[in-house]
Amino acid sequence: MTVAAAFFYLFSCVCVASAFMVIASRNPVHSVLFLILAFVNAAGLFILMGAEFLAMILVVVYVGAVAVLFLFVVMMLDVDFAELRQGFLQYLPVGALVGVIFLIELVLVVGSFVIDPALVKTPIAAIPPASEMSNTAALGHVLYTRYLYFFQASGLVLLVAMIGAIVLTLRHKPGVKRQDVARQVARTRDTAIEVRKVPFREGV
Amino acid sequence: MEWLTTVAIILGKSLLLLVALLVFIAYILYADRKIWAAVQLRRGPNVVGPWGLLQSFADLLKFVLKEPVIPAGANKGLFLLAPLVTCVLALASWAVIPVADGWAIADINVGILYILAISSLGVYGILMGGWASNSKYPFLGALRSAAQMVSYEVSIGFVIITVLLCVGSLNLTEIVRAQETRGLATLLGVPWLTVLNWYWLPLFPMFVIFFISALAETNRPPFDLPEAESELVAGFMVEYSSTPYLLFMLGEYVAIMTMCSLTTILFLGGWTAPVALPPFTWIPGVVWFVVKVCFVFFMFAMVKAMVPRYRYDQLMRLGWKVFLPISLAAVIVVAAVLQVTGWAPAS
Amino acid sequence: MAAVPMFALAPALPEIVLAASALLLVLIGALRGERAAGLIEALTFVALLVAGFLVVTQGGERLETFGGSFVVDAFARFAKVMTLVGSAAALLMSGDFLRRAGINRFEYPILILLATVGMMMMISAGDLIALYLGLELQSLALYVVAAIDRDNARSSEAGLKYFVLGALSSGMLLYGASLIYGFTGTVSFAGIAQALQGEGHAGAIFGLVFIAAGLAFKISAVPFHMWTPDVYEGAPTPVAAFFAAAPKMAAMALLVRVFITAFPGIVDQWRQIIVFVAIASMALGSFAAIGQRNIKRLMAYSSIGHMGYALVGLAAGTAEGVQSVLVYMAIYLVMTLGTFAFILSMRREEGPVEGIDDLAGLARTQPYAAYGLTILFFSLAGIPPLAGFLAKWYVFAAAVEAKLYTLAVIGVLASVIGAYYYIRVVKIMHFDDPAGAAFTPMSAGQKVVFALASIVILILMLPGAPAPLNGAALAAARSLF
Repeated sequence: MTVAAAFFYLFSCVCVASAFMVIASRNPVHSVLFLILAFVNAAGLFILMGAEFLAMILVVVYVGAVAVLFLFVVMMLDVDFAELRQGFLQYLPVGALVGVIFLIELVLVVGSFVIDPALVKTPIAAIPPASEMSNTAALGHVLYTRYLYFFQASGLVLLVAMIGAIVLTLRHKPGVKRQDVARQVARTRDTAIEVRKVPFREGV
Repeated sequence: MEWLTTVAIILGKSLLLLVALLVFIAYILYADRKIWAAVQLRRGPNVVGPWGLLQSFADLLKFVLKEPVIPAGANKGLFLLAPLVTCVLALASWAVIPVADGWAIADINVGILYILAISSLGVYGILMGGWASNSKYPFLGALRSAAQMVSYEVSIGFVIITVLLCVGSLNLTEIVRAQETRGLATLLGVPWLTVLNWYWLPLFPMFVIFFISALAETNRPPFDLPEAESELVAGFMVEYSSTPYLLFMLGEYVAIMTMCSLTTILFLGGWTAPVALPPFTWIPGVVWFVVKVCFVFFMFAMVKAMVPRYRYDQLMRLGWKVFLPISLAAVIVVAAVLQVTGWAPAS
Repeated sequence: MAAVPMFALAPALPEIVLAASALLLVLIGALRGERAAGLIEALTFVALLVAGFLVVTQGGERLETFGGSFVVDAFARFAKVMTLVGSAAALLMSGDFLRRAGINRFEYPILILLATVGMMMMISAGDLIALYLGLELQSLALYVVAAIDRDNARSSEAGLKYFVLGALSSGMLLYGASLIYGFTGTVSFAGIAQALQGEGHAGAIFGLVFIAAGLAFKISAVPFHMWTPDVYEGAPTPVAAFFAAAPKMAAMALLVRVFITAFPGIVDQWRQIIVFVAIASMALGSFAAIGQRNIKRLMAYSSIGHMGYALVGLAAGTAEGVQSVLVYMAIYLVMTLGTFAFILSMRREEGPVEGIDDLAGLARTQPYAAYGLTILFFSLAGIPPLAGFLAKWYVFAAAVEAKLYTLAVIGVLASVIGAYYYIRVVKIMHFDDPAGAAFTPMSAGQKVVFALASIVILILMLPGAPAPLNGAALAAARSLF
């Protein structure tokens, strides 16, 4: 148990610290890298909870793809973030107020959070012991049955996002030479080479 | 204090694997250069040691003893962190690779996802290095590499899914065991001919796509655009010298070894013998594993020697417009076939 | 292994058909490119018709599937038919405009189709997750179509503004949903209703306020209306026509369903919110529209006002109230579609025009169009005995029955003030001198929608004609209680 506890404190401390550094660091690239560190540590926390599938998916999707593109964009942006942060303190009172309100609400919620005893007895599917089923399989068993509708609906939402991104940004530039593999392969000696008699001292 | 012994055993295993891997890589590097030279009718390294066998160790010494140069405008912390990240991540994925039955440091349930996750992290070393160098060519190299690795990860993921569909588990050991006991050979009534059981035959198109995507994922020629020496000098490694450079190189070759092993595990039956009859079964599994990895690496090296570099748009086209649709369709086809024929593994 | 539950797909058949045809059409579009725009538009229209047919033939009983996340009852069927009518009509009359503007991209009908799927999912939502997913599917598609004229700065601005504010409202909605989940321990509407019986639910009411805010944004009710005039004006006119009809219907239906089925125990608390929103919307819709010179902006304020009137019916919180909301929304849908069919046809040789002054002397240049539009505008204003009056009569009657006298009186006053700007437009059409050349002829689709809308409004004047509509709406409303 001690090892697990030690790792828990390690992961959570690093996670919180790097989350803080995301907003505190002056360089946006550093911010993104800290964000990635926070993600990786969150994945570590997932593993400690026994949710290894979620941990790996977090790393593959967020760290491996989303954050890469994020970093990609931030690296190419030429934004002076220090300048953007000029008015930061000015909005602090309002921000702090909103934060405090949300905190109070959260305390209210957590304080009176009672799980209906009837609900625990009627889960969507019986929770199988870890020795019988890996949590990947367990996830699949509810995701593709009880939550099939939400799963498909999320798919549609993502489809719309993809169509939207393409509609709004794809521009077909005229005059761009595109590779047509079929045409390249279909070229024969006759269509590619022209044999000419070159007169002496005159050139083509 | 029981956990102390557990930790000590794990550390010991890791160290053993690390040393074996590094020595293996020293000779893989040598083989790479020798094969390349042979294709070009050169001799390759032949001075240090008999037939140049100690060349890699000489290189190692040379790199370590040189002075590391850090460019004036570089972001020092990230600049030094980048090669470390590359190398450590590349080594980390070896924790789950079973080189023989039961010979994995951590035989975790989601091994294949772990490797996918770690290899997708590999891009950060390159991005950080390219950005921290504060120089034009490294930055271009880093950008290329980011786009390239993200693109090919997608089709690698789908190819892996087709294998997982056949196996019914994400555990690497299970994947190999599935190829040992059931598959095409069993269906044909020749269960001893394990070589037919391996997934390279029924999933042959996936095997090809995986192999090519692995080239792209590890920045090997013909997809070595991030470090294309004729365009970008050396890409993200331009500003690196001495040990940091060595770490980059090492990380790259470890990643190549990972990909070769992954190809072996997914498609070539891991540690299993091609024919489940003596004398083949007398040979220990680890030898088969190494032989197969060497074979895959030989193909890597031959491709490097023979195929010219892709243009950037060709690379992207191949990834997104050829591999992605084919692998996506393959997932559906494989799932459908397994479902209809009832060959799907019991859940 | 526990038995895998298999859900009946039949109740969701219309949605499945629409979603599948959207996928198919994306594929056709991707393979054939822009050449397929016309074909895809036609096929989208057919898909909407087929879905409408399937909804109508689903029978009258209440069906549930996907573990209660998807509910089909008379209410859902009524709202879905209206939504499909709105989408199909918007599609029918927009093709010509888009072709002339050079933005007839094949993605446009597909996005409309997917937005419609989202709306139908909203209408059938049986729990908070289904609600959010439907809403997000619809909104995301709407953000994109608002900016579809991407080379036009105003269209892009409209899309961006809508997106940022919409994302904010989604955030509020989610926050409210999480609060409610926290306090009740369930996401299903029935479960929430059960958990909220009895006294003292301060936290859940907090969540309710946030959900109301998020949904009010979607129906553009005050104080979450700020995006409406800018988006209507900036987005291409067909998009504005679409925004004004189907999404409003769907969001209103969702609002009604959430409040009536999930929070029946705390009617007195949410009634205050709805009354406030209704009064503010009616007042703003009446006053702010007076100074408008752009007809699209005018329609935006008009729609804000009409949402206020419709909410009056919801404030009653009774079956009659819900019935009046449905009747109101149905009539609003017809009026607004007809008006937009005309606005889409407002085009001179040099291009489309949007000024109210451009309508001057329409009675002389295009008498039929002018009379049709006069009917629609009188109806929008709520002049007896037109359909718009009927609709207002029902909502106010429901409010009076629920003893919300102040609300009803304010509503009547607001509609009197609001009548001014509608009548001003009618006056400009009939009594001012023509401002320029006649508009170019309407396209066939616009003609059909315009004529049908005017005729429906006229028919509803006949005694006994509103009875089938009322009957259907009553059956729909009863299915919620």
